[in-house]
Amino acid sequence: MNKTNEDIQWRRKLSQGIMFWFFRVAAIINGLALLIIVYFLTAKGWRAINWTFLTQSPMDSMTKGGILPCIVGTLCLSLGAIIVALPIGVASAVYLNEYARPGRLVRIIRLGINNLAGVPSVVFGLFGLAFFVVYLKMGVSILAGSLTLGAMTLPVIIGASEEALRAVPDTYREASLGLGASKWQTIYRVVLPTALPGILTGAILGLSRAAGETAPIMFTAAVFFTPYLPSSIFDEIMALPYHIYVLATAGTEIEATRHLQYGTALVLIVLVLGLNLVAILYRARLQKRR
Amino acid sequence: MKGISYTASGRQRKERSIRLVFFAIALASIITLGLILLFLFMEGLPIFKKVSVQDFLLGKYWYPTDDPADFGIFALIMASIAVTGVSAVISIPLGVLTALYLAEAASARLRQWVKPVVELLAALPSVVIGFFGMVIVAPFLQDVFNVATGLNLFNAALMLAFMSIPTICSISEDAIFGVPAELKEASLALGATHWETIWRVIIPASISGICTAVILGMSRAIGETMVVLMVAGGAAMVPGSLFDPVRPMPASIAAEMAEAPFRGDHYYALFATGIVLFAFTLLFNVVADYISNRYRQVGAATL
Repeated sequence: MNKTNEDIQWRRKLSQGIMFWFFRVAAIINGLALLIIVYFLTAKGWRAINWTFLTQSPMDSMTKGGILPCIVGTLCLSLGAIIVALPIGVASAVYLNEYARPGRLVRIIRLGINNLAGVPSVVFGLFGLAFFVVYLKMGVSILAGSLTLGAMTLPVIIGASEEALRAVPDTYREASLGLGASKWQTIYRVVLPTALPGILTGAILGLSRAAGETAPIMFTAAVFFTPYLPSSIFDEIMALPYHIYVLATAGTEIEATRHLQYGTALVLIVLVLGLNLVAILYRARLQKRR
Repeated sequence: MKGISYTASGRQRKERSIRLVFFAIALASIITLGLILLFLFMEGLPIFKKVSVQDFLLGKYWYPTDDPADFGIFALIMASIAVTGVSAVISIPLGVLTALYLAEAASARLRQWVKPVVELLAALPSVVIGFFGMVIVAPFLQDVFNVATGLNLFNAALMLAFMSIPTICSISEDAIFGVPAELKEASLALGATHWETIWRVIIPASISGICTAVILGMSRAIGETMVVLMVAGGAAMVPGSLFDPVRPMPASIAAEMAEAPFRGDHYYALFATGIVLFAFTLLFNVVADYISNRYRQVGAATL
């Protein structure tokens, strides 16, 4: 009797050990995936990167030269997207978190935000093409691309801002209101400044998301090749993600430009992962301070 | 006295108008969503003057540039479903197990390292993952499985899986974290092992959140464009095996839009494909929303 009991105990311990081992393996697989992708792109890409690569335009039908127009283009587009999405996103979050009372209206707004977050990137591209490029006659331009990317980044910004606003203790609001400040004064002078670091983290994440997206800008902003840097928001431009796609699938000499593809991909992930790391580290510091 | 009461009501009026401004801005998301729907339908519906809805959805042939052209997206729909299904087989166990690891098994120290890894995985641009699948994974698959092309359903599904794992993982983790501590403590106090507690108490208590996570992960996979565009192989056929090249809906839209004559039949057909794709993700999101509201975890009393 005692023996079977021990047997059962041992089996229970074993199944726990096995399952926890599975957990660990799953976590390790994720780490490996990230490591392998970053390793291959770095190992094959770093050779392509030098001063000329970063500061010149593509040459000889994009088989030589650099990617300066793509870097500038991606910076314009992602900054444009943030300029569009940040004020709207923060204001939406302020309404939802500070003003709105729970009810049907708020539920509908939230459903809208959730569904906007779920819209496929290529559908944003179609929307940008039909609405901004054609209907509003913006043409294929930085403006149209930024607005499209902005619409796509909006849910990210709203989510991050709401989280930041929720983290502001109610006692802050009560103290401010108790001193006679109005609701708006409380939001403007107390709540927003306290939530600012969290909102900034969200903005950085939104920026990196916008910088890496390809499908929304394919029909709205990016072109195969332009030797010029943009001079106004109505110019069409090159962009890092689209450049990778073009070189890897439609270039004149796909094999010969492999090193350029790796180089461009490396620049893009350094930019995107760099922004994310900044956000992660910043957030970790904030949490420690709390 | 009069002056003070005047300013007080002025202040109230100001407060009310500020509130109204914020409300108006908060509607931006809904309005954008509405505009997306409106313009998809405006540019997509004209194709149904040429082909019936049934022929469009169930038609087996997608030859948009032939004369006469065939606009049947059945193969594209099946490709999207197949790619998403296979990726889910990979991403659900990995995503949920990683979430359990983060929420239950990892020490605070390890958690500090693993969580950013998942976040960085989520941050990798889709075009980079597509490029990686194309130049590294495809030749590898071709060699190992001895198939005609490494750009196929399996490769695309594998790449998509790693794009949806972060979604599945982080939302599941939140759900698991939300399980009240007293449930866990009660189970442990009754002598259950940690794993028995996870399996019999924590997972049942957080299953609605985990389901939401899985659905949102799959929604991300079915809508993902660059990966399937670069890696899936591009053949508009109903897939017969795991290693067939396929052409999911987003790939078709992205690849052909540039060449489709403006407001020609092909252009309309691509927008109509966009409507179908949008309908799929909308369905996923509504189901996820329903589950998370209907079976909301409220606390210990619900179990």
